[in-house]
Amino acid sequence: MKSIINLFIFCWKTKQELGFYFWRLALAFFFLFLSSSLLSIFIDILLMNRRTHWPIHCSVSIFLLFVSLNFDFKLKTMRWKYLNRTIRKYSKNVNGFHVGIVGSGPAGFYCAQQLLKTIPGCQVDVFEKLPVPFGLVRYGVAPDHPEVKNVINTFTKTASNDHFRFIGNVTLGRDITLAQLKQSYNAVVLAYGAEEDRKLNIPGEDLSNFVSATKFIGWYNGLPTDKNIEVDLNANHAVIVGQGNVALDVARILLSPVDKLRKTDMTEYSLDTLSKSKVKKVTLVGRRGPLQVAFTIKELREMLKLPEVSTKFYKDQMNDIEKIISDLPRPKKRLIQLMYDASQKTEVRDKYFDILFLRTPISILGTSKVEGIELAVNHLEGDKAVITDEKYSLNCELAFRSIGYRSVQVDPDIIFDKHTSTVPQNPGIYSVGWLSSGPVGVILSTMSHAYQVASMINKHFDEGLLKDQKPGYDYISKLLKTKAGMDGTKLTK
Amino acid sequence: MSIKLFKYITNSCLNSRTVMRFMSTTNNEKLIRVSFNKANGDKITAEGKKGDSLLDVIVNNNLDFDGFGACEGTLTCSTCHIILDQKDYDSLPEKPSDEELDMLDLAYNLTDTSRLGCQIILEDKLDGLEVKVPATVNDARYN
Repeated sequence: MKSIINLFIFCWKTKQELGFYFWRLALAFFFLFLSSSLLSIFIDILLMNRRTHWPIHCSVSIFLLFVSLNFDFKLKTMRWKYLNRTIRKYSKNVNGFHVGIVGSGPAGFYCAQQLLKTIPGCQVDVFEKLPVPFGLVRYGVAPDHPEVKNVINTFTKTASNDHFRFIGNVTLGRDITLAQLKQSYNAVVLAYGAEEDRKLNIPGEDLSNFVSATKFIGWYNGLPTDKNIEVDLNANHAVIVGQGNVALDVARILLSPVDKLRKTDMTEYSLDTLSKSKVKKVTLVGRRGPLQVAFTIKELREMLKLPEVSTKFYKDQMNDIEKIISDLPRPKKRLIQLMYDASQKTEVRDKYFDILFLRTPISILGTSKVEGIELAVNHLEGDKAVITDEKYSLNCELAFRSIGYRSVQVDPDIIFDKHTSTVPQNPGIYSVGWLSSGPVGVILSTMSHAYQVASMINKHFDEGLLKDQKPGYDYISKLLKTKAGMDGTKLTK
Repeated sequence: MSIKLFKYITNSCLNSRTVMRFMSTTNNEKLIRVSFNKANGDKITAEGKKGDSLLDVIVNNNLDFDGFGACEGTLTCSTCHIILDQKDYDSLPEKPSDEELDMLDLAYNLTDTSRLGCQIILEDKLDGLEVKVPATVNDARYN
């Protein structure tokens, strides 16, 4: 009996799933009960006529003793198994493979997830500039797309791994350097994305109410650094330069009924501003034609479904496209078909969403505030837009630039391709996501890219390229503590 | 302590897999078998209940498919992309919606019989269905 109680205590102490042992235990109890009662009955029959029961008790207790001994043996093997597991776990930590990831957006998290899975026992430390993780999933994905943010659940699962560590409020290039990371980690993965938005480099870009779409998105999503940008929505016509999904996000937010946005987790101050918005018309300007648009069909379909908004295309820009639709490959074909169908609709609603092709902005007009935008008319030579002398101008009181992002070299030691603004792969220092592939593609492409890089790291690990003994976070934490002055709990900036 | 221990024992008994399995079979529901052929040649067979989506089958059985179902079945990603036989594709009762096709347009290795796993709902006649799971990583540059 002692052993049985011991088993309970053992399970209790080790927090093992008792359910697993329970059936074994129940079975043992059952057999114990069955055999002892059988034994008693047997002995009872044997000693039918005698009054003394001591042999029964005696034999039952001997049997019990035997059983408990047997159980003790079982317990020992169980305990041994547990100990063995602990030893293995511990030794993995000791011989650990340390990976430091800079950036906790989707690229960083998908890479961490795959590394933790493919290299058992490796320690993954993720450094993030902001106090909170998830990067663009938190601050880039539009608030009216909460479903896209579901990936956070998977990331949280990854983050709950024992070998995962999140270090927020630490910036590469300011608090730590790449050289220090290299010294601490077997592999350093750069996943800090593309934070800078590309500029048009035309006159008038500094005028007030000419807003970077990236900043605008950060503003309505509550990104701390973009909290105070100035945007005056007391405008009738807004022009967005660029025809990607970011441009469509901005247009959708500007044209959506505010009551719909109130149901999202959009920041309160931007809801206030948007509720006073007078924007009736949004024009998306692109250098090239309908075949070269960068937005995806899902986002366009959402625009077409917006209540009280009619989507318009400029005259003659969509007419000759009908003939070539059938020759296009599938994804493009469906997108162009949708655009063509939309261009044939003539219904008139309160608000307008226009898509203007073949225009290059050459200057932003206005004295202190945006008053208009001057565009040059392009024609296409193959896939390239070529500017003609013809000019075209649009009056607008608000303008955005949304012509893409660019990665920056945050540390002078990073091997940085200045031409493409990306970081190439090197054994020991890797790059994932937009920093590596350029700022294009949806979360799926980032995911598969992160998986590729993780498998490359795994391959290098197997080849023994990254086998040096590294201190991991121990070294970095000391550095951070000295930098913070005291104990590392308060990081001074 | 003893009360706590007792609670722990009762809870773990009730939660234990054996009991759960016992309880689920009492519903007398027929399980529907689905096979997933992975890109690396593995064949995984799993069971699901009527009304489950293929994504549910994968999630409920804890199948290890990289990055599968990132948006958790809300039609905003294409990570649960699967490829069916022409025959099975035609026999599915629900044709893909525009939104599903929109997402499929972003998938790698897109075929004419591609669907999203979260949109295929199991029913009795689909028992024994075989689907192909294309590799998430379609680019072999780094391998």
